[in-house]
Order: sequence, then structure tokens, then C-alpha cells
Amino acid sequence: MKSLADLKKLKEAASKKVSMRDQKAGYRVAVGMATCGIAAGARPVLNKFVEVIGEKNLTDVVVTQVGCVGQCDMEPMLDVIDIDGVKTTYINVKEEDVLTIVENHIINGKVCEELIKK
Amino acid sequence: MLERAQVLICGGTGCLSSGAQKLKVEFEEQLATLGISDEVGVVLTGCFGLCEKGPIVIVYPDETFYAKVKIEDIKTICEEHLYKGRIVKDLVFEETISADTIKGFNDIKFYAKQRRVALRNCGVINPFDIHEYIARDGYQALGECVTEKTPQDVIDVVKDSGLRGRGGGGFPTGLKWQFAAGNDVDQKFVLCNADEGDPGAFMDRAILEGDPHSVIEAMAICGYAIGANMGYFYVRAEYPIAVERLQIAIEQAKELGLLGKGIFGTDFDFNLEIRLGAGAFVCGEETALIASIEGERGMPRNKPPFPANKGLWGAPTIINNVETLANIPVIFLKGSQWFKKIGTEKSSGTKVFALGGKIKNTGLVEVPMGTTLREVIFEVGGGIPNGRKFKAVQTGGPSGGCLTDEFLDTPIDFDNLVELGSMMGSGGMIVMDEDNCMVDVARFFLDFTVEESCGKCTPCREGTKRMHEILDRITEGKGSMEDLDRLEELAHMIKDSSLCGLGQTAPNPVLSTLQHFRDEYVAHVTEQKCPSGVCSALTRYTILDNCIGCTKCARNCPVDCIEGKVKEMHTIDQSACIKCGACVKACPVDAIEVK
Repeated sequence: MKSLADLKKLKEAASKKVSMRDQKAGYRVAVGMATCGIAAGARPVLNKFVEVIGEKNLTDVVVTQVGCVGQCDMEPMLDVIDIDGVKTTYINVKEEDVLTIVENHIINGKVCEELIKK
Repeated sequence: MLERAQVLICGGTGCLSSGAQKLKVEFEEQLATLGISDEVGVVLTGCFGLCEKGPIVIVYPDETFYAKVKIEDIKTICEEHLYKGRIVKDLVFEETISADTIKGFNDIKFYAKQRRVALRNCGVINPFDIHEYIARDGYQALGECVTEKTPQDVIDVVKDSGLRGRGGGGFPTGLKWQFAAGNDVDQKFVLCNADEGDPGAFMDRAILEGDPHSVIEAMAICGYAIGANMGYFYVRAEYPIAVERLQIAIEQAKELGLLGKGIFGTDFDFNLEIRLGAGAFVCGEETALIASIEGERGMPRNKPPFPANKGLWGAPTIINNVETLANIPVIFLKGSQWFKKIGTEKSSGTKVFALGGKIKNTGLVEVPMGTTLREVIFEVGGGIPNGRKFKAVQTGGPSGGCLTDEFLDTPIDFDNLVELGSMMGSGGMIVMDEDNCMVDVARFFLDFTVEESCGKCTPCREGTKRMHEILDRITEGKGSMEDLDRLEELAHMIKDSSLCGLGQTAPNPVLSTLQHFRDEYVAHVTEQKCPSGVCSALTRYTILDNCIGCTKCARNCPVDCIEGKVKEMHTIDQSACIKCGACVKACPVDAIEVK
């Protein structure tokens, strides 16, 4: 460790691991993960969210899993909840849709109309 | 692959002794069976504070608080929560459950009035991994100090923050550093007092076990400020986990060049070693501690000269308490102004308390100075269990005094409690209810100080022993009213003439119980009665006539002193009774009177 810049590099490398434990103020992504969700392929969707959010360094976003909400034929299903608590439900989400949702909705605040529950 | 969830298991001594290490292994195995080991991390952390509910497991990012976790519960938690996203309601801390949601652990009443500053990383990071400390701005303060500030700048920040010693003395830390810096000699030392001897106190232990790097970083900053290149941790040998984690932390810091030669590319060198105590409370006193490191008997020396001018091996030495040091890095990161805004005008910052005794939420709490005793005991602590009434709170351990309910609205800080005949001390807070005998409490603390007196000065060596003898007599019903006067006179004399803090404060529990609970002393002396039913020589266990002859008491008596036939009234042989209370616990009809 020869300088503060060296320290900063170590900090950046390690902060992704620890940032999950800070209190968050940003968007919340709740992915339905009960038996139906898992069977429909929610796990890769969940993991993709974690990966994309990690890559884009969106440190204020929480990605979490929830249980069954009842609409089994629409799984994989997830909610994007903003800081005011406004919920947008996305249905039949595929792994390829994740990047779109993150870039449009979470980063730019624009709901992805084609993917939501009508 | 980035983890999507993390399971944090409390690895403080309390939870470890309840099996936390095994819980960690079980979590890892269950997650492996489910095939999600890459997605869910398992981390052993430091103390969360609510020790009453341990073993504690927190799941992020949901902040779910699982309390009193048993090994059998883990399979369910893994399958239901971590695999399927369904929080296991039966296993979470009840307070977090509400009608439509389960609250995060930060929203429980226990934390509402707390402000974790010294404990900022405890329960959040893995103390075995320096990178997690660095991720939370660890060593940033040290880097800025040695590359951007002069030693005097550093001292000025500490002075400006108003930080005062957290070990009990409350001396302004910055001023002490200034004294040491003012000595123009080559060799100086930084010592961390991790001897934490007060019975019931474990604040420093939690910091050393849960966030050792915060103290290491602070010692290096102090070394830079005063001109010292060597530091020692003096840790009591009764804290093996703290010692182990400190050793690992020091090694990791050395590997990264944060200790050793040329820190952050400057010409500042700093090294740290650990020295172990050997079971002597008196070695928490700074000059006795120094003597111990020097290889001498742990006995205090006259002050002045103060260690800041003449300490370890005659060199200028700064000794600071663990909690004092834990505050240093964050004072630099967030600024002295930020620190001053917390707490009161003369006592800035927070204080960590170890809550024990008759209280619902036993554990570790950190509150801003100025929080009242009532708030700590009844709001953070959850009040007295089993429907009992508050009687007194002992603050400051064997050096402190007890305070009754008329003083509950006192804001806690260094000066207020001293004015009331007690002191904040290192942070031990023991709550008592109507089943505690205050004479017995005074004797308990004297038991301790008599045992720990080093013997060097007569007032402490002889005086505390004599006080103890008088208290013994009183609790056996053999005291007199003159004894009470003798006790008080002795107490004042010992306070005035003892060489060190041990003797100077040992009489405090006696004086304060005499002041607030004189009637209990009088009852012991004039009526040979112990109003709380504690002093066994004065307590009689009698079976009343609502006895149903079920024989449960006789069967539970460890000395077989209860006689009686089935369905007939039983009797206790008073000469053999050891007053253990087993019969009272066993009786289904409350037929045993304790008076």
C-alpha cells in the first residue's frame, strides 16, 4: 500500500461484497421465487439482476426475492418499487429482458410498457 | 457470480458459546445441498448487541432478523427463505412481525434510540477480512492523516472533537495526545488498554472481536500524532477470541503495508504487538498496566509523572481505552464537527453500555451522550422482566454507585452521574429489581475489589478488607448501628488516601447504597431481616398450610431436608436448609414462604 490511490482500488474491489449490508434508499426489485417462480425460471432472472446491477454500480438498489403472489401463469414475475413505494409489476420476464428493465426503468425511470402486467 | 443474498451470523463470544460456529457450518452445508452456495454468502460477524436473543442470524438484503436460531432451524431457513423467498415467520424475532409485512432488524425498538458509532462495523463486517473493513472506508483516515496532515493537525482534530476517554476517566483525549507530543524525545509508545476488568462489562470485547481494525488504525493515527513508532495492545487473557482476531488483523494489516515501515509511502513507521494480561483487575489501571508490560508486578505508581510524559520504560506513552480508539477513525472520516453534534456540550459522541441484570434486552447498546437512564433501561432495554419493579441501576461497575428511580431522567454523560454519587465508568450498567438486596450488592462488589486489591497501599489493602468484614457481619444478622458509622468513616478514608483508582473508588458502592437504601441496612442490623429475602442467614424458607403433600419439593431438594408423607403437610429442617430455592421453584401451589 503505497498511496491513498492504492487503498481506493482495494475499496472498490471489496465494496460490492459489503454494500448489500448498507441501508438502501433507491429502487427495490422483488422477484417472485416460490415453487412456481423457480419452476418457470425465476432464478436466472434474479441472478441476472444482481449481476447487471453490480456491473452498473447501482449501489442504492436492493434485489430481493419474495414468495408466491398467486398469479402462477405469469411467472417469472417481479415488482420494481420506487422510493415512493409505487409498484410496477413485470410478468413473464426472461433473462434477456433484465438489461432492458434496468436501463429503462431503474436508471431512466421509464416503465417498459411491453413487459408489464396489463 | 455476485452473491444475491448474505447470511450474517453473530460471532461474538456470547453467540459463539451458544453454538454460532456450528450454525455457520450447517448453513454452508444446507446451501451446498440446495446448489445455491454461489448465490448466497455466509459471513461470521461481530456483536449485534441484542445478546438476549442470540444466536442471531440476519439475512441481507431483506434485513430479516432470526432470533435464538437452533441448528435444526437452518434447513427450513435455507429451503423456505433463501431458496423460495418465503421468510420463516416462526423463527423471526416476534417484534418484526406485523399485519402485512416483516420489518427489517434496523426498525426494531431496540435500535430506535441507538446510534452505532464505535460499533459501526460490528455485526456488519467479517472481522477476519481486512478487505471488508477497507470497503467501509477503513484505513482512509490513516492515509489522509499521514499524507495530508501534520501531527499537530491530527491532534487539533481530536481536541476539537471533544472526545473524552471511554474507559471511565473521561479525560480529554486530544489534550492527552498533546502532552505526549510535547516531549521531544526519540522513543514514545501507544498503548491500548484492553484489560476490561469490570464485572459485566464487555463493550471493549465486542469491538475487539467485531472490528479489530478500527482500533489498529486508531493506534497508528495516534503514533503519527505523538511521534511514536511502537504500540502494544494489553489484552486480558480471559478474551482468547479477541486476542486471536487481533493477531489475525495485525498480520493482515502488515501484509498490506498498513503497519510496518513507510506507511502510505511516507517515512512514518509503526509496529504493533500484543501483550496479555494475567487475571489482575488492577492492571486496568494505567500505571499498573505499564508495570505489567515492563515485566514488573502489576502495581500502580504515583502520578505525576503521568504516562503521557513518563510511561512505559520511562518514555512518553499514550494509553487509551478500546472504545475511545474505535471512535478515532470515524472522527477523521466524518469530521470533528459531525462528532460534536452528537451527545452533549461537554460530552460529545456516544457511549456503549453493557446492559445486564434484571432487564429484558440484555446485551450491548450504544446511545448518544445525553440519553436518559430511563430511555436506556425502559425503551432500549425493554424494562424489567417478569412484572417486577425497578429498584436501582448500578453504573460504573465496582467503581460506581447505584441510582434510584428518582434519578431515572438524568441525561447520561461524564459529569451528571458523578454529581449524583455514581459515575458512567467504562459502561457496565446493571439493573436491579425488588428481589435484589442492596447490602448484598455492596458486598458483592467489595468481594471483587478485596480480591483484586494489589496490596501496595495500606488504605486499600487493609481498609477494603475491614469494610468487607463489616458487610459480612451485617448480612449474617450480626451487625450493629455502630458498624454503619464505622463503614461510612472507613469508606471516606479509603477514598481519600488510596494510591490508585481501585482503592479510591472501591467504597463507592457502599457509600451509594448507604445513601439511598439505608433502611435496608437498618433492617439487617436492628431486625435481623433481609427485606428482599436474599441474605441466606436471615432468610427462612417455611412451608405454609396450603401444602397439598405432592412431595415435589422433597424430591427436588438437593440436601434432602424436607420431610413429609404423601398428601400430608411437609416441613423443612431449618438447620440443614441451604436456602437454594429449588423447593420454591418446584412447588405447584406456591406454598413455600421466603422471609
